Amino acid sequence: MSADATIMLRRNFKHTLRNPVAVFNAILLPIVIMLMFVGEIGGAFNVGVKYVEYATPGMIVLTICYGLSATALAVNSDMAKGIINRFKVMDISRSAVLSAQVVATVLRTLVAVAAIVGVAFALGFRPHASFPEWLGAIGLIVLISFATSWFTIALGLAAKTPESAGMAVVPLILLPFLSSAIVPADKMGPGIRQFAEYQPFTPIIETLRGLLTGHPSASNAITALAWCAGIALVGYLWSLATFTRRA
Amino acid sequence: MRNSAIAASGLRKAYQDNLVLDGIDLDVETGTIFSLLGPNGAGKTTTVNVLTTLIRADGGTARVAGHDVATQTKAVRAAIGVTGQFAAVDELLTGQENLQLMADLKRLGSGPAKAVVTGLLARFDLTESAQKLASTYSGGMRRKLDLAMTLVGRPEIIFLDEPTTGLDPRSRRTMWDIIRQLAADGVTIFLTTQYLEEADRLADRIAVLDQGHLVAQGTPAELKRQIPGSHVRLQFASDVELDTAMRLLPGSARAAEDDLILRVPSDGGAKSVRALLNQLDDHSVDVEEFSVHTPDLDDVFLALTGRASTKENAR
Repeated sequence: MSADATIMLRRNFKHTLRNPVAVFNAILLPIVIMLMFVGEIGGAFNVGVKYVEYATPGMIVLTICYGLSATALAVNSDMAKGIINRFKVMDISRSAVLSAQVVATVLRTLVAVAAIVGVAFALGFRPHASFPEWLGAIGLIVLISFATSWFTIALGLAAKTPESAGMAVVPLILLPFLSSAIVPADKMGPGIRQFAEYQPFTPIIETLRGLLTGHPSASNAITALAWCAGIALVGYLWSLATFTRRA
Repeated sequence: MRNSAIAASGLRKAYQDNLVLDGIDLDVETGTIFSLLGPNGAGKTTTVNVLTTLIRADGGTARVAGHDVATQTKAVRAAIGVTGQFAAVDELLTGQENLQLMADLKRLGSGPAKAVVTGLLARFDLTESAQKLASTYSGGMRRKLDLAMTLVGRPEIIFLDEPTTGLDPRSRRTMWDIIRQLAADGVTIFLTTQYLEEADRLADRIAVLDQGHLVAQGTPAELKRQIPGSHVRLQFASDVELDTAMRLLPGSARAAEDDLILRVPSDGGAKSVRALLNQLDDHSVDVEEFSVHTPDLDDVFLALTGRASTKENAR
């Protein structure tokens, strides 16, 4: 990371610390959803294993996506406040502001994921992953967060108002619900089932589930990695193009 | 052109069909205050954005601090400081942290940075509020913090885009003092404003911008020679009284054929106004209404373009 980006990251950390409500929101809501599905509804689903074992990987991905709305808002309000123009007319690297946002989002997400995994353990989650599989799972979580962050930054930059920036990330937050996060795709009705099978979050969640249960699948992993790389690349290029254009 | 801090020729910029800058030529001498005067929508901010590398011009060339704004953006950015129309401060940081951020980005090093930050806080009267979040600052304080951030790293050329728009009269005066002091330190200042008074008081040279064209350029004195000076308007009850007054007061003229208003050139000062009214009194001419009129931007536009400013047209 460049020196400019490190300075910007310090700025983002201060922002995060001064906006504790957003952090609590990003940590608490996924926990509430988890308690709701596992505690209340979970018994009604027959997924072949203990429901908490099935749901945890999906809840992790849901947590990653839920935290993105704060990033979209932060990026958009930076653009609206004119502070970005100040950075732009200074002799600092163009991407420093944006990559600092990505790093801040990934770190914040890891805290939220740690919290949700803690709750999962309390609810009886007992993963069978070996040490390398754990490393793989953490790596995948960082990769998902990295990719979706770049995409979210592009959405935040492209949005004209904070309200539309908030709206723009809603599909990203909802997508995991329409994947195999909560029930397996083959238990879904026609139409929605095909959608769930072919959307990016299903292979991503299946890969994470495979790693945590100790049965990783190579074909899912390849699809998941390809999706992450694609989302990251599109988000990165779109972000830089929008950032350069908007004065 | 040796001594030019800013030199532009033939700058053009259009947004779709809307031509915003139509061939702007500028030459700003090092160490002077240059003011770009114009109404809303004249193209002032676009000019600043082109000169500060925020946007690219469609045509023409510009050199700032000797570097081309299109091809040597890095060198231009290192030489300039910009304070835009909207205070570009980080609201979630304190005043001190905002300045520290600038010092870090300019790589001042921790020792000198501390001295610079403390010095600027004191100079802009922000020491007491240094530990408060910028979001709690008043409009005037934000502008001051904004300008202080611009000064970190001692840029040789400073662009100020409408630095006093929206400020109360007292903060405006403070801002003027600060700008004068900067110029005294040898900094070149490029200032845009909608206020003739502001340009008049601060600038060494003024350029008047209207709908993307420069309609006049010169020293404040040169420009004022081209516009009607301040005058007193007198309204009378009858033609007889108006004619008498017209004979008594040299240089006076009817404002319009069909009303009873006389325009009398005057500096508008209390002394000359009293003398004028006394003179009329001595000849028993009754004045119904009386007002002092000082030239404003609209007069400049009327005189230079033969029509009211674009802002007026839009109404």
